[in-house]
This record gives sequence, structure tokens and C-alpha cells, in this order.
Amino acid sequence: MIEVKGLVKSYGSKRAVDGVSFSVKRGEILGFLGPNGAGKSTTMKMITGFVRPDSGTALVGGTDVSQDPVAVKRKLGYLPENAPAYPEMTVEEFLGFIAEVRGFREEEACKAQVERAISLTHLSSVRRQAIDTLSKGFKQRVGFAQALLHDPPVLILDEPTDGLDPNQKNEVRMLIKNMAAEKAVILSTHILEEVEAICTRVVIISRGKLVADETPAKLLERKPGARMDEIFRSLTHSDA
Amino acid sequence: MRQVTPIFKREFVGYFRTPVAYVFLVMFLLISVALAFSRFGGFFKAGIAGMDAYFGFFPWLYLFIVPSVGMRLWSEEKRSGTAELLFTLPVTTLEAVIGKFLAGWAFLSLAVLLSFPMALTIGYLGSPDWGVVATSYLGAILMAGGYLGVCSLTSALTKNQVISFVISIGVCAVLVFLGYSGFTGFLEGFLPVGVSDAISNFSFITHFSPMVKGIVDAKDVVFFLSLMGFTLFLNVVALER
Repeated sequence: MIEVKGLVKSYGSKRAVDGVSFSVKRGEILGFLGPNGAGKSTTMKMITGFVRPDSGTALVGGTDVSQDPVAVKRKLGYLPENAPAYPEMTVEEFLGFIAEVRGFREEEACKAQVERAISLTHLSSVRRQAIDTLSKGFKQRVGFAQALLHDPPVLILDEPTDGLDPNQKNEVRMLIKNMAAEKAVILSTHILEEVEAICTRVVIISRGKLVADETPAKLLERKPGARMDEIFRSLTHSDA
Repeated sequence: MRQVTPIFKREFVGYFRTPVAYVFLVMFLLISVALAFSRFGGFFKAGIAGMDAYFGFFPWLYLFIVPSVGMRLWSEEKRSGTAELLFTLPVTTLEAVIGKFLAGWAFLSLAVLLSFPMALTIGYLGSPDWGVVATSYLGAILMAGGYLGVCSLTSALTKNQVISFVISIGVCAVLVFLGYSGFTGFLEGFLPVGVSDAISNFSFITHFSPMVKGIVDAKDVVFFLSLMGFTLFLNVVALER
């Protein structure tokens, strides 16, 4: 479903992403790991077509993002870091806007899509509240609802459980897991237990380069007896 | 171009979700009417049932009013991160630029049209030439589009609204002064008339004042429309770079 081919992006003299390639099949949940500043978000932004790569490209469902970005965006659900949303809109208004842009123009269809997203992410208690009055956990869920709204075949989630309490984290993980059968999912995270809990594969990048691409079980076999975070530390350098 | 509609709708309704719209509309009408009745405007002193005294200040008023609407168009999206949201939805940059611009323009047009009690007043006091009133409104709305195009462009260049506001005023001020009689008179002092005329052709004033007098010339309409087209094109380029 997703094929990333040799993505490169530099900011000034710094290579943020340096030739990253991997692929994700339907039914897979890919855990995308790396220290802060390793290029995770930049890679995700290039797959979604928000940032143009210096070289390389990404294919989503067979469509090249550099050739037809709008077609790729149609197939994607994307939760950007910190879940940006228009603060003065209410949850319902915001999701209604997303539904309209996503092509649900008839009132019935639009409403049905919004209702589905609200019930999936348990937002019904705050549906008439302005987004800037919501707590971080609710804001994050609004971002998640927005990404799920059109039931996309591909989900790209930049730290979906960031800022949630342990119960909410678990809920979001279950939600992702339940949907994953007919989708391809990439999620970035700093929580290694999350990877062990739901991801079917792990990609680790460090300083813009890919350093591991295997199943969580295989990764743990690299150093028998070691915990995931020890292996993570041995593979990556912090950007200091 | 199907995607222009939801973006336009969100942006236009968005003005009214915060007090911004109401503060803006009230202040705009207060200031514009006060200027017309002031001794600089001389609305009563003129003794003419016309709106020259009202519309005469518009190029100067717009200088501050339009950047205050235009500054947030893109700066706000960039600062709050919603630009990332918007441009990962199935929307082209051109559709987003047009949708947001049209929303701002519609809002400014609403502000201008809400001055209709002024027109009713002159209708009550005398018998105005309604054709001239209509062309004045047309001119004011077209000129608002020209200013807004410039402001939308400068707003796309920065995520700081203050910087966007100041640059917008600067650029628009140049486009006003090029046609200001004091400045063109100064130019004519040492430049051939043809050259100073050509320079003043780039000004809002040069193309707006005929409309306040009731003359709708194709070249004035084309000036405003092409200014909008040009700035919006650069706007797309600025966002895609």
C-alpha cells in the first residue's frame, strides 16, 4: 500500500532525511521510531505530500505522490504532530468541514461520516464545544477523528498517543489495532511498549538514515535478554 | 475547483465565529462615516447629494483596514499548524488560495455594502444620480479585491501576523502614493508627463477615482482584476516553494 523510495530532504546544510526506503502492506501496523530530530516527522510529511522531497518519492496505493499529490491525499488519513485544528470551530463544525472537503457534499452523507468519526473516537460529550476549549486529550482525539473520517485505506499518525492518559492511550491503541486488518498504518511514537503491543513491524531511523526494519520479535532477538529500549539505544545516536 | 466552496464557506463563516468580524464591521463603518462628515470630508458643506465625500477617503482607509483582514489569511494557518492539515486534504494550493481570498473579499464587500444608510441619507436629502452611487460601490469593491490580493500575498510570506500587517501597509502605501496628486505633481516637475502618467497608472487612486465620478472604464476594471490575478498567482508560488 505504501512504498517509500529513497526519500531525501535537506534543510540548509543539514540532511534531515537521507535516503529512507521501506514499504507497508495492507494489514500491517508499522511502528516508526527514532530519537527526536531523526527525521520521522519530515519523512511522514513527504509521504503525505505536504513537504516536497529533494529526491526519491513515495507511492500510496500505486499513486506517486510527486506526480499526483491530490489523489494520494484522497487515500490518506493523516494526523499531524500536535493535532492542529481550527480553534474557533466546534468539534462538529470542524469535522463537518473535513467531511465536505473529503467529498461528502450531501447533508445526509456528511452527517453520517461525522457521526461515525465522533462515535469511534468518543467525542460525543464535547461535540458542541469550541476546539480551543478542549483538553489536550480531546484535541488529540479530534485530530484522530479527522484522520479517520473518510475511512481511508492508509493511515499516517504522527505520535497519536502523545498527551493522552494511560487509559486513553490504551483506547487509541485498541482502535488502531481493530481497524488495521484492512488498512496500512504508519505510526510514529516514542513509547516502545506501544510498539510491542500493536505494531507488526518496526522501522528505526537515526540521523535521517534507516537503521532497522524488521518485526518486533526479530528486533528483540538481536540481543537476547535485552529490553527494547536497550536495543533502541544501541542502534540510535541522540542528536547532540 | 469544486473544493473552493467548502474552503470559502469555512473561512467566511469563520470571521463571525469570533468577535473579530463585529469589531471590524463597526469600526469600519464608524471611521468611514466619521471621515465623510468631518471637515476634511465636507459632506454637508459640499451641498451635493453625492457620495464623493464618503468614497474619497477609501484608498486611505483601505490602507489600514484591508491589511487587518488580510494579515491573518495565511500567517495564522502557518503559525497554528493548520496549513499542514489543509494541505494534506485533497485540495490544490490554487483552490485553497482562491477560496480564502474570495472569503476575505466577500467579507470586505459586506463591510462596504453595509454603508447603505449613507446612500439612503443622500436619497432623502436630495436626488442623487443612482448610477454614480452604483459605480462608486463597484469601484470600492473592486479596489478592496486589489488591496486584499496584495495582503494575502504578504501574509503567505510569513507566519508572523504583525510582520504581515506592516509589509502589507508598506506595499499598499506605495500603490496609493503613486497616484496621489501631490506626489504625481512632484514627479511631473522633473519627469516627462508620459513617464509620470505611466507611473501613476500603477496606483489604486488613478483607477478608483473615475468610478466615484461614475465612469466605468474597461482599463480600470482590468487593472484591479489583473492585480488580483497577479498577486494570487504569486501567492500560490509563495505557498508551494
